[in-house]
Amino acid sequence: MPVSSAGPTGTLDAQSGAGPAGASTAVLDPAERILADAICAAAADQRVLHLRGGDSKRGLGGTAHGEPLSTLGLRGIVDYDPAELVVTVRAGTPLADLQAELVAHGQMLPFEPPDWPGATVGGAVASGLAGPRRAFAGSVRDALLGARLLDGRGQVLRFGGRVMKNVAGFDLFRLQAGAWGRLGVLLEVSFRLLPRPQREETLRLPMAANEAIQRMNRLAATPLPLGGAAWCEGALHLRLCGSAAGVDAALPGIGGQTVEPAAAAAFWAGCAGMPPGHRPAADMRGPDQLEVPLWRLSVPSTTRSLGAEGEFAVDWCGGLRWLATDAPPSEVRSLAASLGGHAMAWRGNLAQPAMHPLDPVRLALHRRLFDVFDPHGVFDSGRFDAAAVQAASGAT
Amino acid sequence: MSQLAASQATSRILSALAAALPADALLTEPEQLAPYECDGLSMYRQPPLAVALPYTAEQVQAVLRICHAHHTPVIPRGAGTGLAGGVLPRADAVLLSLARLKRIVRIDPLARVAVVEPGVRNAAISEASAAHGLYYAPDPSSQIACSIGGNVAENSGGVHCLKYGLTVHNVLGIKGFLADGTPLSIGGEAPDDSGLDLLALMMGSEGLLVVVTEVTVRLLPRPRVAQVVMAAFATVEAAGDAVAGIIGEGIIPAGLEMMDALATRAVEDFVHAGYPLDAGAILLAESDGTAEEVADEIARIEAVCRRHGAVSLAVSQSEVERLKLWAGRKAAFPAVGRITPDYYCMDGTIPKKHLSAVLRRIAELSERHGLACANVFHAGDGNLHPLIFFDANQPGDVERAEAFGLDILRACVEAGGVITGEHGVGVEKLDAMCVQFAAPELATFHAVKAAFDPAGLLNPGKAVPTLHRCAEMGAMHMHGGKLLHPELPRF
Repeated sequence: MPVSSAGPTGTLDAQSGAGPAGASTAVLDPAERILADAICAAAADQRVLHLRGGDSKRGLGGTAHGEPLSTLGLRGIVDYDPAELVVTVRAGTPLADLQAELVAHGQMLPFEPPDWPGATVGGAVASGLAGPRRAFAGSVRDALLGARLLDGRGQVLRFGGRVMKNVAGFDLFRLQAGAWGRLGVLLEVSFRLLPRPQREETLRLPMAANEAIQRMNRLAATPLPLGGAAWCEGALHLRLCGSAAGVDAALPGIGGQTVEPAAAAAFWAGCAGMPPGHRPAADMRGPDQLEVPLWRLSVPSTTRSLGAEGEFAVDWCGGLRWLATDAPPSEVRSLAASLGGHAMAWRGNLAQPAMHPLDPVRLALHRRLFDVFDPHGVFDSGRFDAAAVQAASGAT
Repeated sequence: MSQLAASQATSRILSALAAALPADALLTEPEQLAPYECDGLSMYRQPPLAVALPYTAEQVQAVLRICHAHHTPVIPRGAGTGLAGGVLPRADAVLLSLARLKRIVRIDPLARVAVVEPGVRNAAISEASAAHGLYYAPDPSSQIACSIGGNVAENSGGVHCLKYGLTVHNVLGIKGFLADGTPLSIGGEAPDDSGLDLLALMMGSEGLLVVVTEVTVRLLPRPRVAQVVMAAFATVEAAGDAVAGIIGEGIIPAGLEMMDALATRAVEDFVHAGYPLDAGAILLAESDGTAEEVADEIARIEAVCRRHGAVSLAVSQSEVERLKLWAGRKAAFPAVGRITPDYYCMDGTIPKKHLSAVLRRIAELSERHGLACANVFHAGDGNLHPLIFFDANQPGDVERAEAFGLDILRACVEAGGVITGEHGVGVEKLDAMCVQFAAPELATFHAVKAAFDPAGLLNPGKAVPTLHRCAEMGAMHMHGGKLLHPELPRF
C-alpha cells in the first residue's frame, strides 16, 4: 500500500511541514536522486534552478534565469509495447532516439514536435510545442497519459498512468505540457501513440492567404484524411495521410501539384519549428541576429489573413499565424487578443516574457499553482507573465 | 451551533437565494428535493438543503456568491446520470442544477465549433450539427441524457474514444465561475491557451474546481461510412491477440469491443444479435471514414482476425446489420441484469497486454468470493467493466460483491492500470484512490483544490480522499449498488 510507506500522517499539513529537506522517500534511481538533492539544496539556499535538457530551445520565448540543472542523466525508454500504442520514456532521452524507435515500429508521436538538434523528450513536453499535425491529431498534452516528476520540495509525484482511459485524480500530468518546467522536473512521461500513415501525399496549390484559409477550413469540415494544412510562400500546402486507398481516393478532388516525398517531409518538419517564408531565414541558434522580431499567434482558425500585420505563414489549418513585425509588443498582443487569441514572442524580442499576459483571475490561479508545486520558488519562471513570476518568487 | 442558530442560518441563506432567483428556480420542500437525492449510483441518498435551478449564468453567479457569503457548500449537477455518486448531495449544501442552461449559443460550420451551455445534452450537439455534416465525437453510453457540463466534469469518453478521444480532446474552451462567484474564462477557439493549461485541469475535475456555464467544443466531419466486423474466438487469449494484431497492423478502429463467454451468452439470449454461443470471446471492430478507407480497413481487420484463429466472422453489409451487431454489445448491462438479481459494475483500465492475466485473476477471485462475474471490455483502450453478480437480498452478498470489486481494482493497479477509466471517483471510489495514489500525490490534489476553492465549498469531499481516510483504510470498503436510470444504455 503506497499510503503505509508514507506513514499515517492523517493531516494535510504533513506536506507543508516537510520543508525543503523533506524529500519523498519514494524510490529514486541515482540520476533522479541527484536531481532531488539539487532541488532540496536550492530550496534550502533560496536559489533558482533553470531546467535544461538538450538546450535546443535556448533563448526561445524568453530568457532563462538561475543555475542550470541538467536532465540529460535521465535517459532511455522505460516501456514500449507497440500493441498498446503507449510508450513510457525518461525525460532526458533525446527526442531523435525516441522517434527512431517509434519509426522502427511504424508508429509516431501524434503532435509532431520540432526536431531541433539535441531536443529531449522532457523539453518537448515542457515547451508544449507541436507541429502541423496538431490541428488534426492533437497537441502535446492531448498525447500525454501520465508523468512522474519531482516538485519543488524534491518529492516524487506520479500522476496519470500508462493507459488510454483514466479519470482518477486531477489531470496534473497534462498541466506539465507547456509549463516550461515551472511546476517540477519531469522524470518520465507516457504518451499515447499513433500508427504512421500507410501513405502520405502533399499537394501544393498556389493561392493568396485569405483564399487558402477559407479552403483549408472548408476541407477540414469534410471527411478527408487531412494531416496538415499550411499556407506560406504564396501557396496552400495540404498533407493527406492515411491508408493508401483513402489517400488515393481523396487526391483527385483537391487538385494542385504533388510535392515530391523528400521535399514534402522536409517542408512539414520545418513547419514544426517555423514555416519557411521569412527573410532572412531565422537561425535557431542565432536569434540575436534577427532583424525583425518573430511572433507566433494562436487565433480562431477562420481568422482573416494578417498579411498587413506581418503574417508570413499560416499553419494548424488556420489556427496558427507566424508574424515578422517590428510593431511594439503591446500592439501585437492587442491584435491577438482582439481576434480572440494570444501571441507568443518567438524570436528576436527577448526583453519580455514569451507568453501572452494573463487576465487577473488566471494570473491569481497561476500564482497559487506555482506555490502548490514550488513553494520555495526553486524553478525558473523566465517564460511566464512577469506579474506571475514576481508574485511567485515574492510568495516565499 | 445550536439548533436554533442553525435554523436561523438556514432561513437566512434560503431567503437570500429566494431573493436572487425566479420563484420557480428554488426548491426547498422535501417532495421537491427527493428527485435530487442521488445520481446514477442510487444506493447513496441524501436530500440537499435546497435545489437551485438557475436559468442564466448571472443567476449561477448569484447562487455561488450567496453560498460563499453564507459558507454553504455547493454541489453542481448536470443531468445526474453519473455512476460514482459525484453529485451526491449533503444536508448542509445547495444543489446547483445547470440543467436549465441549455441553449446552443452558436454553431460555426466553417470553424467547426459549437458554443453551448452546460445543460445541453451530449447528443443534442450532434443533432444540431448534423445539417452541416458535423458531429460532436465523444459518445458516452448515456449520451441521450447526459449533459456536456457533466461530460466536462467527468472527462467522459465513449465507444469511439480510441480514435476520436475523450472530452479533454474535444473541448476548446470553457466559461464559468470559481466557488466564490469570480468569473473565469479558459481557452476558446484559438488553440493552446497562454500560460499553464488550465483547460486540461478542468476536464474531469468532478465539480471541485469550477462551475461551468459555457462550453466551446470541436465538431468533426461525420464519417461517410461505418462498418463493423464481429469475430468470435475460442478463448479470451486469442481475442486479445487479435486486438494486439489489429493495432500492430497500424489500424485505429473507430470502436473495438470485447465480451467474454458469460456476457456473450447473456446478451445473445436477450437480443439475438447472432453471436455464436460456443465462443470464448466475441470481438466487435468498427471502421469508419470514406468508402475506400473503410473497405480497405475492414479487409485488413478480417485478415488479422482469421490469422488469429477466429472461429466465426461476420461483417455488416448494411446499416441495419451494423446496428444489430452493436445492439448486443450495447445491451450487455441490461442483459446481465436479466440473469442476476443485482450486479455491481467495475471500471478499471489495464494495459491491454495484461488482459488475459487479469481475466484469469478475476476468474480465481470469482471462485474465491463465490460470485459469478461477466466481463465486457473496451478492448481498444484497455477499459474493463467486470459485472459482479449478487443478490442484495441474500445476507452477506453485498459485502462479498464489495470485497470482490476491491480485489479486482487491486488487480488492475497491480497490472499497471488504474481504478477508474471513465466513471469517475465521486464518493464511490474514494477508498480505491488510496490504492492508486500515495500521500504526497493526494496532498497535491487537495492543494490544487484549495488553489481554486480556498474555502472548500465546491462539491467538498468528492473525488479525492483525505489522507486520514486512506491511513485508516485498514479494510477497504467498496460500495456497489443498483443503477438508477435503468432506461439508459450503459456500456
